Amino acid sequence: MRLIPSCGRREFNMKPLLEIKNLETRFYTQDGEVKAVNGVSYSMKSGEILGVVGESGCGKSVHALSMMQLIPDPPGKITNGEVWLDGQDLLTLNEEQMQKVRGRDIAMIFQDPMTSLNPVFTVGFQITEALLLHNDMTKGEANHRAGELLDLVGIPGAKQRLNDYPHQFSGGMRQRAMIAMGLSCEPKLLIADEPTTALDVTIQAQIIDLVKKLQDELGMAIMWITHDLGVVAELAHTIKVMYAGSFVETGKIHNIYKETKHPYTIGLLGSLPRLDDAPGTELVSIPGLPPDLLALPEGCPFAARCEYRIEKCLVEKPPLVEIDGKDHEVACWRWEEIAGIGSK
Amino acid sequence: MKTEMKKLVEVRNLKKYFPGTEVSLFQSGNDVKAVDDVSFDIFEKETLGLVGETGCGKTTVGRTMLHLYQPTAGDILFDGVDLNSLGERELRQTRSRMQMIFQDPYASLNPRMTVGSIVGAPLDVHTKQNKKTKQDRVQELLDMVGLNPDFVNRYPHEFSGGQRQRIGIARALALNPKFVVCDEPISSLDVSIQAQVVNLLEELQKRLGLTYLFIAHDLSMVRHISDRMAVMYLGKIVELADRDEIFLNSLHPYTQALMSAVPVPDPDFAEKKHRIILDGDIPNPSNPPVGCNFNTRCPIAKEICFTDEPEYREEKEKHWVACHFAQKLQP
Repeated sequence: MRLIPSCGRREFNMKPLLEIKNLETRFYTQDGEVKAVNGVSYSMKSGEILGVVGESGCGKSVHALSMMQLIPDPPGKITNGEVWLDGQDLLTLNEEQMQKVRGRDIAMIFQDPMTSLNPVFTVGFQITEALLLHNDMTKGEANHRAGELLDLVGIPGAKQRLNDYPHQFSGGMRQRAMIAMGLSCEPKLLIADEPTTALDVTIQAQIIDLVKKLQDELGMAIMWITHDLGVVAELAHTIKVMYAGSFVETGKIHNIYKETKHPYTIGLLGSLPRLDDAPGTELVSIPGLPPDLLALPEGCPFAARCEYRIEKCLVEKPPLVEIDGKDHEVACWRWEEIAGIGSK
Repeated sequence: MKTEMKKLVEVRNLKKYFPGTEVSLFQSGNDVKAVDDVSFDIFEKETLGLVGETGCGKTTVGRTMLHLYQPTAGDILFDGVDLNSLGERELRQTRSRMQMIFQDPYASLNPRMTVGSIVGAPLDVHTKQNKKTKQDRVQELLDMVGLNPDFVNRYPHEFSGGQRQRIGIARALALNPKFVVCDEPISSLDVSIQAQVVNLLEELQKRLGLTYLFIAHDLSMVRHISDRMAVMYLGKIVELADRDEIFLNSLHPYTQALMSAVPVPDPDFAEKKHRIILDGDIPNPSNPPVGCNFNTRCPIAKEICFTDEPEYREEKEKHWVACHFAQKLQP
């Protein structure tokens, strides 16, 4: 099944698609300056599935919204950084230019399919909207494509359901419709912001399965933002673990789950019960709470909760450094000493 | 688990129907069968996990068991006493021994009350303690759940989600209950905080000899905390067995699909795993399918499944299941 006949299928190559340099986002609120994203740099290749993992309020969504320039300003402001896509820095574009990028080059799927669809328009109308905006199409053609798209994401009787309103769809179907909308213009990058968090496990399995199939077929890059280390284990090529607005550990999927180095990642993995655990194992919990982004500590943001902390951690923030060869990066002063403990 | 244990709670053919929305002025809609003929026992000092997807009726089971909802039919025996037979005053007295921890720690604490008065509220209703003993008890409770006892005069908004859940736990434990219904107590918390709360619940259970009904949709967490597990689908229990039995030898196709759908934080394991993907969605509980209510999504449904409802029976020792083909599914 081909999506857009004119474009054909995208090649899976390893050219960098997106490059983010030192991205910083701040919110200026009544209580003070919220340091939501603190100097994030990385690149993504086309066809790559990247999992961005972190707890609520760690800045994972804000960093994606900043890329798309979707931060409400005021109170938010992107204070520093560059986002390179296809030879242009997205952060220098004005609103009109940005609108051409959104939906066409980068599309986004949101967490809650109940609130991200407009209840007063039909699903078909909402899908054709993006098609008509970015492509030279007649209404009839757009309608036809919308039908194909809904069919592609596995909604039975797609053609008829174009005239349905969002409330006539179930939660899983709404998320499928959102995915259809996101894919409508064949984006190079699909950002999925907790797309399965609001869904039940069996429906979540359906959606993950669908996204895997679609990625195989269409070859777009996917950024999957989630708090669930389980979901991305099945899906992603690379993982970035975020804490208090910075990445603390990044690497290939194997690096993160099998050669875990950062104490926060070790803690996160330890606090998840596993279906194959021996009975009676106690969960390793991380003591304390994530830091207040209004008053980030001087040194390592995780220091206050870390059992390996030393004097240095409290005063100097560890940089993200590459370790054991390729791709695996860690931001911890003591990763070498901790190394042995994390790998199960 | 010991073989001979005392039954603390017995649920017999419990039904709870909610009136459906009116189709027109003269025609009422079908009743929503939130809980439809459910029977099970909970033994003393055990944790029974109750899992299922949104809208399958698991929360309604928990609430009906405490008579927070009046059951449509069926009996609940608590410590051998039928709750239906109790008058209002006696019911209130019995309730002090069964408590509930709610899902949303933001909605279940009154924002205008101090922590001290929230935790002390059950003591006001059920006991006649003087101010001093009450305050001591509140501080003892806060200490027990890992909060600073000096926080009594603070308000809920000053606490984080995990701390609020601890306040909810302290309130539930104020009257020394025997039985606590934990209704998704961790699902609104962050991963690193979830483990803290689960460890606390387990420690309190050991210390105070509590019995839990642990309702959740997160299977791996339920497996961690439960002794036995029940799986619900569309208002019915489809399978109930010991925790490891249900994970290793599940007999119902829905349970098997549910287990296989749980994401595992291990890429190697995820690759090897055989995944069963169910088609479609959960049917509308006001208009459930005829026969077995899982027949619309079941990968092995045969003719009989569309006509006859499978009996909920003890297929193996202490392993209950409701499926016509449970025998064939045995591994």
